[in-house]
Order: sequence, then C-alpha cells, then structure tokens
Amino acid sequence: MLLQGNEAVVKGALRAGCRFFAGYPITPATEISEILSVKLPALGGTFIQMEDEIASMGAVIGASLAGVKAMTATSGPGFSLMQENLGFAVIAEVPCVVVNVMRGGPSTGLPTYPAQGDVMQARWGTHGDHPVIVLSASTVRECYLLTVKAFNLSERFRNPVILLLDEVVAHMREKVALPTEDEIQIVDRMKPKVPPEWYIPYEDTPSGVPAMANFGEGYRYHVTGLTHDVRGFPTGRPDEIGPFISRLFRKISQNMSEIHIGEFYETEDADVVIIAYGCVARSAKRAARDLREKGMKVGLLKMNTLWPFMRSAVERVLETARMLVVPEMNMGQISREVKRVNQGKASVIAVNKIDGTVITPEEITRRIMEEA
Amino acid sequence: MAEITKLIHKYLRHDKKFPHVWCPGCGIGIMLGALIRAIDRTGLEKDEVVLVSGIGCSGRLPVYVDFNTLHTTHGRALTFATGVKLAKPALKVIVVMGDGDAVAIGGNHFIHAARRNIDITAIILNNGIYGMTGGQYSPTTPYGMKSTTTSYANIEHAFKISELAVTAGASFVARGTVYHAHQLDSLMEKAFRKQGFSVVEVIAHCHTQYGKLNRMGGPVSMLEWQRDHALPVEKAAQMTAESLADKFLTGVLTDRQLPVYQDEYDRIRKRASEAEGR
Repeated sequence: MLLQGNEAVVKGALRAGCRFFAGYPITPATEISEILSVKLPALGGTFIQMEDEIASMGAVIGASLAGVKAMTATSGPGFSLMQENLGFAVIAEVPCVVVNVMRGGPSTGLPTYPAQGDVMQARWGTHGDHPVIVLSASTVRECYLLTVKAFNLSERFRNPVILLLDEVVAHMREKVALPTEDEIQIVDRMKPKVPPEWYIPYEDTPSGVPAMANFGEGYRYHVTGLTHDVRGFPTGRPDEIGPFISRLFRKISQNMSEIHIGEFYETEDADVVIIAYGCVARSAKRAARDLREKGMKVGLLKMNTLWPFMRSAVERVLETARMLVVPEMNMGQISREVKRVNQGKASVIAVNKIDGTVITPEEITRRIMEEA
Repeated sequence: MAEITKLIHKYLRHDKKFPHVWCPGCGIGIMLGALIRAIDRTGLEKDEVVLVSGIGCSGRLPVYVDFNTLHTTHGRALTFATGVKLAKPALKVIVVMGDGDAVAIGGNHFIHAARRNIDITAIILNNGIYGMTGGQYSPTTPYGMKSTTTSYANIEHAFKISELAVTAGASFVARGTVYHAHQLDSLMEKAFRKQGFSVVEVIAHCHTQYGKLNRMGGPVSMLEWQRDHALPVEKAAQMTAESLADKFLTGVLTDRQLPVYQDEYDRIRKRASEAEGR
C-alpha cells in the first residue's frame, strides 16, 4: 500500500485504540487532523478543532482522564504552546500522545521545510525536572509502528509520549506492508483492582506506575498539577515531595529496555559509526553502505528513541568505533548527548545543516572521508 | 441533624485535612455551599460529577469536594473540561474559575466554549482581583480602583463577564452574589439542569486584597456593598440608564434553546459512519 507518513500516523493511532483527537491547524501536521476528522466520528470517537494548541493539549488530557486514548498533532510553534499542559500530563501522570512534525525554526521559521530542531524542546520544553519519552520515525512504516508504540508506552508508564517526525518523513509516500492485526500488541493502562475505598491513586508501587482509575467509574479522586501526596492531595512536605518526584523518574529509568528502540546496521566491526534519526537516518544508511563498498568499516546506529537517551546503545558501538558521526538538521542537539556518553573515547563529528534542506548521503560520506 | 451538616457529611472530603486555604470571611465558602446545595437538589450522583478548576483561590475549591475532581492549569480549566465531556458525555462537568482565570488568561477558551455551546457549567467567582498572588488588578477590576499593580489608579476598563458569555453564545447565563446566597443556590441549580453551555457569575468580595487597598472595609461592609449595588434584571428593565450606572444586574440574563455541541456531534458521527461504511 502506498502511504504518506502522516496517514500512517493516523492508521497507527486508530489501531492503538485512539478515539479522541484535539488539535489546531498547522503545517506540516495538518493531514493528521484532516483524516482523523473523517475517521474518528465514524468509529464513535471524537475529533475537535480547538481554539489553539494550549486548548488542544488540555482537551487531550481531559479525554484521557475520562478513559479514552487521546492524541494531538502539531509542529514547532504549536508544540511550544503545548508545553504548559504537557507538564501537567507528566505530574498528573496522564497517558497521551503528542505528534510534532518538525519544521524549520525558530518562531514561524520554515513552515514547509524539514528540520530536527525540536529534539531538546521535546526533552526540556516544559518547566521543571521531569521524565519524558520521545520517539522518532524515519520511514512511513515506522510512523505506523511508533505511533502504536507511543500509545502503548504512554498507557504503560502513565506519561505523555512525544513522537517527533520531520516534514520529509511526514509528507513522504512509501510503499509499505503494515503488520497484520495479531502482529501488533496493544497495551492499556492498568486499572485498580481494589474497591474505591482502598484505592490510592498515586501509590508508590515497586513498578513506579500506579493503577489508574478513569473518571466516572466509581473511584472519585483528586487530580492536580500541584505536587501531591499518594492520595492526590497537594503537599508541601519534603518527605512526600522527594519520593513522588523520584518515582516519576524511576518508572522510566528502571524500564529503559522497554523504551529504547533502534537499529544497529553493520556496527559489529565498525571503525566509524553514524548515529542518526528521522529522515537523516535514511541518508546515513546509504552513506554507510556506500562507504562499505569502498572498503571502509562503517555502520549505522539508528535511534528511534531519542529520550530517555540510548546511552547503552552508544556504549555498545563505542566498543569498536574510533569515530562517531552525528548528522542532524540542527546545530547539534543529539551530538551533545553522544559526546556526553563518549567521554573522549572516540572522536565525535557533528554534521549539521540548518538551511531547510535534507542532509544527503554524499554530504555524510564526504565528511567521513575528510575526517578518516 | 441540620440540613447543612448532612450536606457537609455527604459532599465534603473527610480525608482531606481542613482548614481550607481561604481567608476568614472569604466569599468562596458561600459559593461552595451554594454549589453543594444545588447539586443535591439536582439528584446527581457523586460519581457522575466532574468538578474542574483552574488556578487561583477559586482553583482550590474542588479538592475539598467528594467528586471526580480536576485542578488544572491557569486559565485552561475549560479545555480539560471539554475533553472530559466529549470523551464521556454522561458525566456532569462543572468548572469553577476566578475572574483572572476565566477572562484574562483563559478568555479565549471561555468565549470558544460558549460559542460551541458545549454542555458544561462554568461558575466564575468574580472578586475583581488576583487574590492568591497578592492583589494585582484583573480584567474585572473597576476603572479607577487600586491594586498592587495599579497603585495610582486602574486605567483599564472592566469586562462584564455575563454579558460577554451571552454575546459569545452560551445557552444560559446568570449573575448572583455571595450576599444573595439563596438566590445563588437556585441560579446554580438552573445552570446544572440546563443543556448547553451555562454560566453563573458570582460577584464576591476579596477584603484581604481589593477591600483593603480600596478602603472598602471588612467582609461585612463588602457584602453590604453587594446588597446595595445588585439589581434584579427584571427591575432594571423599567429603569433609566442613569440610575443603572453604578449597579450590576443579577438573576437570569439569558435562558435560551440553542443547538448543543454533543447533539450536533452525534449527528456527525451518524453521517460519518454511514459515509465510511459505504
């Protein structure tokens, strides 16, 4: 089937059980809204176009609290507006999915040109210390699979999950074979098994993820953006604040292996490893292949999870690599993280491009030839 | 047991440690009392009610009440409420906001919720000041008055919240005061029973900030001010514009049958499933 990236996101969302979408028109994410405005009502779900992205994010959280899997889709300017309520979803532990189709920035920037400038905003855009899960797709098939994954992870960990696409991947059409129904696993939030009077909505469990009751199901509890105790009530007590915020981090950090998704392409013996994500990973794979043909031992680490950072994957390629090359359509956001993990072991070469055009395989191979 | 004691036992959260955050003499408690009495009259089950709030003194109200309660971000309560209502239309969704919350930072959400005529009740406590942050002027601080950010005089003109809601397309709009507590019960009950977007603006006092800065006395004299400046909307019809100058209208400002968002969307669902099923 010939499918566009944004269309694949829609198919993935519906497959994952998404039945609520609130959004605001923005290029290059608009197709997601347009298609869902047709599909969701037909499935008994809800599509609503809100007055702005702040409202969209609020509505998504409200729908999720009422028990319906919900998402929104936007691009950089709208993503900036969503940061406020994204933080609410983190502290109140409300599952939801935000798709950000990255375009050139800052500000209105380049509405119809690709970029990868929102990697750090996705990590730190909302204020305060917080955990976050950010995925990135580089093919249309991955748009489908990672949208399903985004919903699964958000339900599993009760945390917002951000799917970063770029204009190239979102608008590209590719021939794809989608997995069959039984090849896809769907995860739903864990519901309380105890009667309402025993329910502790923000209980500190070993998994770090408390059971979640939906509004209207008999478990009346308090949800707040204030730092709260295990019952959900605001607290100013250090002995309650510390364990709560620590648990928010722990539920992610003790489950890294479930969250980290990537591909090691011919890295086993590689002297040079390219680390890439999004549309740039496509050019990077071609570059690795071309250089292999020339006899150089070059591999690719493709990252589908950007946050929490795939530290162990980078450590793995560092076992053989003496050079890491990080091409990005920004001034070096992931390369900073790579350098942090590298700690001087290999040389880290950042290949950056911010002119609204894609990094080509030739640009990567040329740079590697120069440095090698 | 006195009626009010029964209601306190039925609706307030006993596992939430009192005392509450509000200043002694505050009007929010009166508003909370009216809300509980009105809910009780409607016969709604506690499990069916979702009470949503924003940020500010009024934002702290839901935590004390035994419903599904949601304390959101500043100005955004209506957006969360929209999501809850559309996802689970069987729930009764009530939103409590302050004046800064509803018509400054949340002004855009307020007019659009009214325009959509979504079946939500918005209760707006209008005390003309940002109380929690220490008495800064709000969009409803009257012209010429003082606040901690208009030390000389407020040169901005106040929003009339209820009139704004009527213009924006709400099905039901009423204004009451915390002085007229019994009337407030019935205005809220009417709002809860109404299909569509309903608004109850509650004129209240903030003696701690606004009253002190403008030498209006304590809570009692500020309540008396409400008594002397409130004018039932029925009476106003026969009065001259001049004699209305320092008054505000109370009672039901509008009660009309307009298409409700969820009903309209249900029709879209039917059309969509027919079209997609073809």
